[in-house]
Amino acid sequence: MEKFLIANTLSYPILSMIMIVPVIGALITLLLKNDTVLKVWGLIVTVVTMVISFPLYSAFDSSTPKYQFTELRTWFPSLNLDYVVGVDGISVLLVLLTTFVMPLCILCSWNYIKVRMKEFIFVTLLMEAAMIGVFVSLNTVLFYIFWEGMLVPMYLLIAVWGGARRDYASIKFFLYTFVGSIFLLVAVIALYVTTGTFFIPALMEHSYSANYQMLVFLAFALSFAIKMPVYPLHTWLPAAHVEAPTAGSVILASILLKMGGYGFLRFCLPLAPNATMVCMPYMIAISLVSIIIGGYLALGQTDIKKLIAYSSVAHMGFVTLGIFLLSSTGVKGAMLQMINHGITTGALFICVGIIYERTHSREIKDNSALGMQMPIYVTFLAIFSLSSFGFPGTNSFVSEFMVLIAAFAKYPLVGAASIIGAIMAAAYMLRLLQKMIWSDSDGHAHHADHGDAHGAAHHLFDLNLREIGTLGFLMFFVFWVGFNPKPLLSMMDSSVDHLLQQVETGMQKGSLVNQVVPVKSVSR
Amino acid sequence: MQITLLLPEIALSIMVLALFATSLGKFKAGTLNLTALALSAIALFAAVAGCCEHGVLFFDTYRVDTLSQIFKIITTLGLFLVISSSSGLRGIAENLKAEYYMFLTIGSFGLVSLASSVELLTILMSLEISAFSLYIIIPFRNPHHYRDHLEAAIKYFLFGTVATGLMLFGMSYLFGVTGTTYLAGMAKVLPKLLHTEPLAVVGMILLFCGFFYKLALFPLHFLAPDVYTGAANETTSFISTVPKATAIAVLVRLAHTAGAEVGQLTWVLAVFAVGSMTLGNLSALVQQDLKRLLAYSSIAHAGYVMLGVLSANELGLASVIYYIGGYLLMNLSCFYVIYQLAPAGENLTFDHLKGLYKRSPLLAFVLATGAFGMTGIPPTIGFTGKLLVFTAAIQKGFYALVILGVINAAISAFYYLKLVRASYSQADEPGESVVLSFPVKVLGVFFIAAIILTGVLPQSFIALAKEAVAGML
Repeated sequence: MEKFLIANTLSYPILSMIMIVPVIGALITLLLKNDTVLKVWGLIVTVVTMVISFPLYSAFDSSTPKYQFTELRTWFPSLNLDYVVGVDGISVLLVLLTTFVMPLCILCSWNYIKVRMKEFIFVTLLMEAAMIGVFVSLNTVLFYIFWEGMLVPMYLLIAVWGGARRDYASIKFFLYTFVGSIFLLVAVIALYVTTGTFFIPALMEHSYSANYQMLVFLAFALSFAIKMPVYPLHTWLPAAHVEAPTAGSVILASILLKMGGYGFLRFCLPLAPNATMVCMPYMIAISLVSIIIGGYLALGQTDIKKLIAYSSVAHMGFVTLGIFLLSSTGVKGAMLQMINHGITTGALFICVGIIYERTHSREIKDNSALGMQMPIYVTFLAIFSLSSFGFPGTNSFVSEFMVLIAAFAKYPLVGAASIIGAIMAAAYMLRLLQKMIWSDSDGHAHHADHGDAHGAAHHLFDLNLREIGTLGFLMFFVFWVGFNPKPLLSMMDSSVDHLLQQVETGMQKGSLVNQVVPVKSVSR
Repeated sequence: MQITLLLPEIALSIMVLALFATSLGKFKAGTLNLTALALSAIALFAAVAGCCEHGVLFFDTYRVDTLSQIFKIITTLGLFLVISSSSGLRGIAENLKAEYYMFLTIGSFGLVSLASSVELLTILMSLEISAFSLYIIIPFRNPHHYRDHLEAAIKYFLFGTVATGLMLFGMSYLFGVTGTTYLAGMAKVLPKLLHTEPLAVVGMILLFCGFFYKLALFPLHFLAPDVYTGAANETTSFISTVPKATAIAVLVRLAHTAGAEVGQLTWVLAVFAVGSMTLGNLSALVQQDLKRLLAYSSIAHAGYVMLGVLSANELGLASVIYYIGGYLLMNLSCFYVIYQLAPAGENLTFDHLKGLYKRSPLLAFVLATGAFGMTGIPPTIGFTGKLLVFTAAIQKGFYALVILGVINAAISAFYYLKLVRASYSQADEPGESVVLSFPVKVLGVFFIAAIILTGVLPQSFIALAKEAVAGML
C-alpha cells in the first residue's frame, strides 16, 4: 500500500479530525437547550472544522499524484477491509469546499429555521462528517457507507424543515439516489471478489476484461449520473431544491452534486478505461443535452429556486463534458467548474433564502423591483448571477472557458453546441436580474409581504451584517478564483496527469486497444 | 456431565418453575413484570457465561458448541428485550399475564435446546416444545378483536402441525437413505447422496420446510401476515424474531450437513429465496397495518438470509448468523415503538405514526434507525449484514441472485421510508405527546446504539460467527 500513500506529515490526523469534530459536536448538541446557544455551537463546530482543515491547502504537496495526509487503521480484517483515508489533487479541493461551505449553511439558517433547532444542528453536523467522508475514503466500502449514510440526514433536512411538498420531494430524492447506488454496491462486491481488496488504488492497478469493465462502468455511472444529475435523471433535483430549506439547498448544490463528478473521476475513469473510451461519445452527447435542456428549462421558470436548480443541471453538464473530453484542460476545467458551481450556486441559494425570509415567496414576480429597497442585496445578487453565467473576471468564466477550449480542441462541433448553453445561461440569469432589480412589465413592484408585523407593506429591510458576511465570504472566492485560478489549478496538475496516464495505459493494456484512438493530451 | 454446559437451559427451567409458581397466586402486573424481567436477565447472563463451553451430551444428541451458544445468547437476548420493551403486557388479559410469561419462557427453552440439537428426533422434540407453547399464547389477547386472534391461533396451529408433518415425512426419507438420525452420521454420506439419490433431495427439502414455516419463507409464508396481525403486539414481536433466529441455527447446521456444495438443493432454495424477497417486498408496499407490513418485511428478510444459507461457504453461513442477529435487533426496535404507541395493545396503522417526531422524538428516531437499518442503509447492522451476505453469494458466482436481491432492497426502501415519512410528517392536529419512563428511554437508546455500533464494528461478531461455523460438526 505504501506506494500509493504518503504518510500524514502533520502533527494530528487531519482527515479523521475533520470528520470526528462535527460528529462529536453533533452529539454535544443533544445536551444543549437554548436555540441561540445551539446556533452559536453549530457555528463554532463548523468554523473549527474549517480552521483545522486549512493545512489541507497550505501543506498540500502538489508535485505528487499520491494520496496525502493518509491514515491507515485495521478495521474489519475478516474482509480485508481497512479504515484508510487520504486526499489527492482531485479530492482535496472538494474537502475544502465542504468545510468552507458548512459554516455558511449554519449562518444562512440563523432565522430561516424556526422549529427543531437542536435536531437541525445535529443533522447538519452529521451531514458534514458524511460528506467529508465521501471525498476522503480510499476504500470502496468506506466510500459506500458515507455515500449512502449521507442520504439519511439529507432526507431529514428536506422532510422535516422543507416546504409544502416536502414529503414528495424528500421521498423522490431518497429513492432516486438509493436506487442509483444499489448497483454500485454490487459492483463494489464484484470488484472485491475479483481482486480480493476494497482498497481503491489497488483496484486501479488491476486490469479487467472489456465486458467486466463495461458492467462496472455502468453500475458506477448510473449512481453518479443520478447524483450529478444529468438529463434525463435530473427530475429529483428541482423538487428537492425547491422544497429544501436554504441550508439544504446550499448543501445539495454546493457539495452533493459534486459527488457525481468526483465519482466519475475517482472510479469510472481509472477502473474502467476501455469502457470509458467506448462510452465517451455517449457521455459527451448526454452532457450536451443536459447543458442545452437544462438551460432551456431554466428559461421558462417563474420560481427563482427552480430556475437555479435547472441552471445547475446545465452547469453540471459542463462538468461531465469536461471529464469525458479526457484531456488535461477539460478535466481540470471540469474540476474547477465543480468548485465554482459550489461557490456561485451556493451563494445564489443563500440569496434566494434571504429574500424568501423577507417576502415569503420564491416567485420572481413577487420579488421584483428590489433595486430601490435593497441596494446591497441586489449588488450581491448581480455579482453572483454574473458569475453564474461565466462573466469574465468571475470564477465560472475560467472553468467554462477551459472546458470550451478543450471541447473546441477535440471536437469543434461539441464546442459550438455548448456555446449555445453558455448563451442561454446569460439569457436566463439576466432575465432574472432584470426582473428582480428593476421592475415588472407594468412598472410596479409586487411584494408578497402583506401584513408583515414589522415594516410597511412595501418596505423590505436590506441585508444585516450576518448576511453581508456570509455573501461577502463567497464573493471573495468568486473574484479570487476569477482573477487568480493558478493556485487551485496547480493543486490538480499532477493528479489529473496521473489520472489521464492511468486511462491511457489501462487502455493499452486492455483488449480494445486496436479499436480506439489513444487519448491526445491537449497542451495546457 | 458438566453442569456449566447446560447453564442457559437450567436458568430458563428455573425461570419456568418460578413463573409457574406466580401463576398459582395472584400478583400485580408490575410484580410479575419485574420477576420476569429479572429472571430473563439472569437467563441472558447464564447464556453469556456459558458462551465458551464445548461438549456433547445425551448420547451425542445434544451438542454444545459456539454455534449453539451464540444462538442461546440471541434467544435469551430476544426474550429479555421482548419482556423489557413490553412492560405491563398491555395487550394481554389481566388474568393471563402470569401464564403468558410462563409459556413465553417455555417457548424460549424449546428454542434454546433446538440450537443444540444435532439429531433428528431431538430436533423434533425441541421444535415441538417451542411450537406448542407458542400455539397457546397466540390467542392470549385482550378481548376486543376476538375473531382475529382466534383465527390467527387456529391458522398458526394448523399450518404448524402441517409443517411438522412435512418435516417428519422428510426425516423418514432421510433416515431411509442414510440409515441414521444423527446429523454427524448423515454428513458423511449425504453430500454424495444428494447428487445421486432423488429421495435424499426430497427428504432434505421437506425437512427444511419445517423450518421455513418458522422462518415464514416463501412458499410457507402465507400465514404470517394473518398471525402477526391477529396476535397481541408483544406476542408478534416474539414470534417474528426469536423462533426465526433459532430456525436459522438449524438451517445452518443442515446446510453444513448437506455439504459445502448444496448441489441440487441450491436451485430450489434459490427459487424460495427470490420468491420470498420479491413477494414479501411487493406485498409490503400496499400494507396499512404496521404489523402486517413488518410481517411481509420479515418474509422478505427471510429471503435475504436464504441467500447466505444457499451460498453455504464459511462466509455465507457466518454472515447468516450475523444477519439474523441484526434482524432481531432491528425488528424488535420497530416493535418496541409499536408497543409504546399502543396503550391498549391495539393494532396500529400509518395514521397512528403521524407527527410522531413531535410527540416523541426518541421513538421517531428509534423507528427511523430500525427502518433505515432494515433498508440496508449504512452505517447500520442491516447494511453490513447485506454486504456480507451478498459478498458470500458473489463468491459463489450467484450474480443474478444478488442483483435480484439489491433490486428488492430498492423496492423495500419505499415502504421502510413510508414508516419514517409518516413519523416525520406534520399531523393535522398535534396529538398528545408520548410519555416514556426512564428505563424505556434507556431501552430506546440501547436499540439505536446497538443497531449502529454492531454495524460499524462487525469484526468481533463475524470472527465469532466464523468460529461457530468452523467448529460445527
